[in-house]
Amino acid sequence: MSDTVGIVIVSHSRDIAKGTADMVRQMVGSEVRVAFCGGNPDGGLGTSVPSIIDAINDAWSAKGVAILVDLGGAETNSEMAVEMLEPARRDHVVVCNAPIVEGAVMAATEAAGGSTLAQVKAVAEELSAD
Amino acid sequence: MSMQAETFKSLVKVAAEQVIASAPELTSLDQAIGDGDHGTNMKRGCEAVLGKLDAISAQPLDEALKMIGKTLVMTVGGASGPLYGSFFLAAGEALSHDKHLPEDLADVFGSAVNAVSARGRSHAGEKTMLDVLVPVLETLKTAAGAPDLIERVRATANEAVERTAPMQATKGRASFLGARSVGHIDPGARSSCVLVQAVCASLEGRQDNE
Repeated sequence: MSDTVGIVIVSHSRDIAKGTADMVRQMVGSEVRVAFCGGNPDGGLGTSVPSIIDAINDAWSAKGVAILVDLGGAETNSEMAVEMLEPARRDHVVVCNAPIVEGAVMAATEAAGGSTLAQVKAVAEELSAD
Repeated sequence: MSMQAETFKSLVKVAAEQVIASAPELTSLDQAIGDGDHGTNMKRGCEAVLGKLDAISAQPLDEALKMIGKTLVMTVGGASGPLYGSFFLAAGEALSHDKHLPEDLADVFGSAVNAVSARGRSHAGEKTMLDVLVPVLETLKTAAGAPDLIERVRATANEAVERTAPMQATKGRASFLGARSVGHIDPGARSSCVLVQAVCASLEGRQDNE
């Protein structure tokens, strides 16, 4: 399992993050490590840097981790979380510019085939190409 | 505690308390053109800073600023966490690299503003906190050493925040509203103004006592 890129889903809503992760698992089962988080540190709508860091570490794979986000704050907080990782991991985590549900499902499907982090990101971002 | 550490501690306390007191206003501004969480998010972050104030003010100034930044990053829960967090992290970083206060204030503030701009991939004119921070930076540069510097900074921040009202947002949630974002003060610009005013008030109080 550690031979596939891990997937992290970060939404403002824990329900959306969980639902997206459920859809991803329906496609790839346990072939890919999937972690999700949603909600601010008080549990309301928003995102939380410590939760994102935990999710990245949960989904960690030697091939790296691709993060899918919903709106602005999720992206900014995810970028911040990546910078706060230990240096050895920092360069192996990317935030994808892709719609969260479709992006996560396509990224995970690509990851399950053993693709590199760059390939997984590229496939997710094809959705935003036009 | 040294005079500088004591000044810093009371300054952080005043600034955090002012933001907390402004939370309802920030929320109502954010409800008009955003998701309405700016007040509660900033309040959560500032309460976390107040909770660690003794530990923060026991540090040298550069480390203290970085601790404030990291606390905001970890607790705010919206984009303003990394944005304000990056501001204080970069200010602390500048002081760790041969910059000193008060003589390098404009340089240190400039590094902090650049960090916000890089984090948000934004610049002045997009109806964001940068529309207060960038004019304040300009005043810090042009009026450096002036006897009325504090008064000029206050005036700059007050005028700058009002100038966000006619702007159309092109960054953040408010940009989804397009032209409908016009006519409202930007909540991030307002929270930046509150912070600047609180720091000015705290420093003025200090001067009056001397």
